[in-house]
Amino acid sequence: MHIPDGYLSPSTCAVMYAASAPFWFMAVKKVKETLTARMVPLLSILSAFSFVIMMFNIPVPGGTTAHAVGGTLMAIVLGPWAAVMGISIVLLVQAVFFGDGGILALGANCFNMAIVLPFVGYYVYRLISANAPSGSKRQWIGAAVGSYIGINAAALCTGLELGIQPLLFHTANGTPLYCPYGLSQAIPAMLLAHLTMAGVAEAVVTDAVLAFVRKSAPLPVKNSFKKEVTA
Amino acid sequence: MSENRGSWIGLWIGLGVLALLSPIGLIASGSAWGEWGADEFNQLLGYVPEGLKRFAETWNAPLPDYTIPGLGDVPGYIVAAVSGMAIIALLTWVMGRILARK
Repeated sequence: MHIPDGYLSPSTCAVMYAASAPFWFMAVKKVKETLTARMVPLLSILSAFSFVIMMFNIPVPGGTTAHAVGGTLMAIVLGPWAAVMGISIVLLVQAVFFGDGGILALGANCFNMAIVLPFVGYYVYRLISANAPSGSKRQWIGAAVGSYIGINAAALCTGLELGIQPLLFHTANGTPLYCPYGLSQAIPAMLLAHLTMAGVAEAVVTDAVLAFVRKSAPLPVKNSFKKEVTA
Repeated sequence: MSENRGSWIGLWIGLGVLALLSPIGLIASGSAWGEWGADEFNQLLGYVPEGLKRFAETWNAPLPDYTIPGLGDVPGYIVAAVSGMAIIALLTWVMGRILARK
């Protein structure tokens, strides 16, 4: 889901930076208000986790690959604004050091994976698990379903951004200048990969890590699953 | 109520295990959809879109595709996983410490 440079026109890249910027500013503000010092290690751990889980490429139908992101997981544990910050830092490091996702396209990639993904995932989780007791079945289901829908919402946005390129940007004779695949190809391709494999992986990863964190993190953090987290 | 039992160590160990297992991610061959390089476009389409060619090399990452110069694919991938996690843990920790309520 990491759009490389050259796939989006410079104007699309500028629009996507502009779309992400207010979320970055709000994330800094909200994290400042809500993050407690003892939760900081968890921000680091879950950000590092997101980075490494994205290295686990999964084969998907059609001969391409996809991966989980761990974004809804971070939103559930630390709140969606901390997830915006954490995943954005992950995407920045991936682009700068490893060439995974473009620098010009970083605004778009952050919009999809660091903003749409955790917010959609988090609010689906909240909707399903509203008033459910901590550790109840409904909470686990909510986390899994939220993760599945969150990553697919991000994949849909990615498909839209790629798919509008040949419509908007082409030479006089119609040859595409950037991503050559239109909406009818980009959206099904992105959704096929994420509705099948990556969405399931994201759901499994969220519940597995939630269970692991609840079991092995120091107690104050475990308690904060219930209330402190609703930032 | 036993407060503060346990520590973060279990989670850091978990991340280390994932780094060691990360080369599993190399088994899936092929690029992700929409992440092809210019040469792959030549095979797919027979041409490389002009703008794509122009902007594809905007930035040359030092460790492209999670490779480490002089290391094979598998050890390189593990070293890339550990280095990436270390950089991210440090950046988020510094930001977190600056922003977090005391």
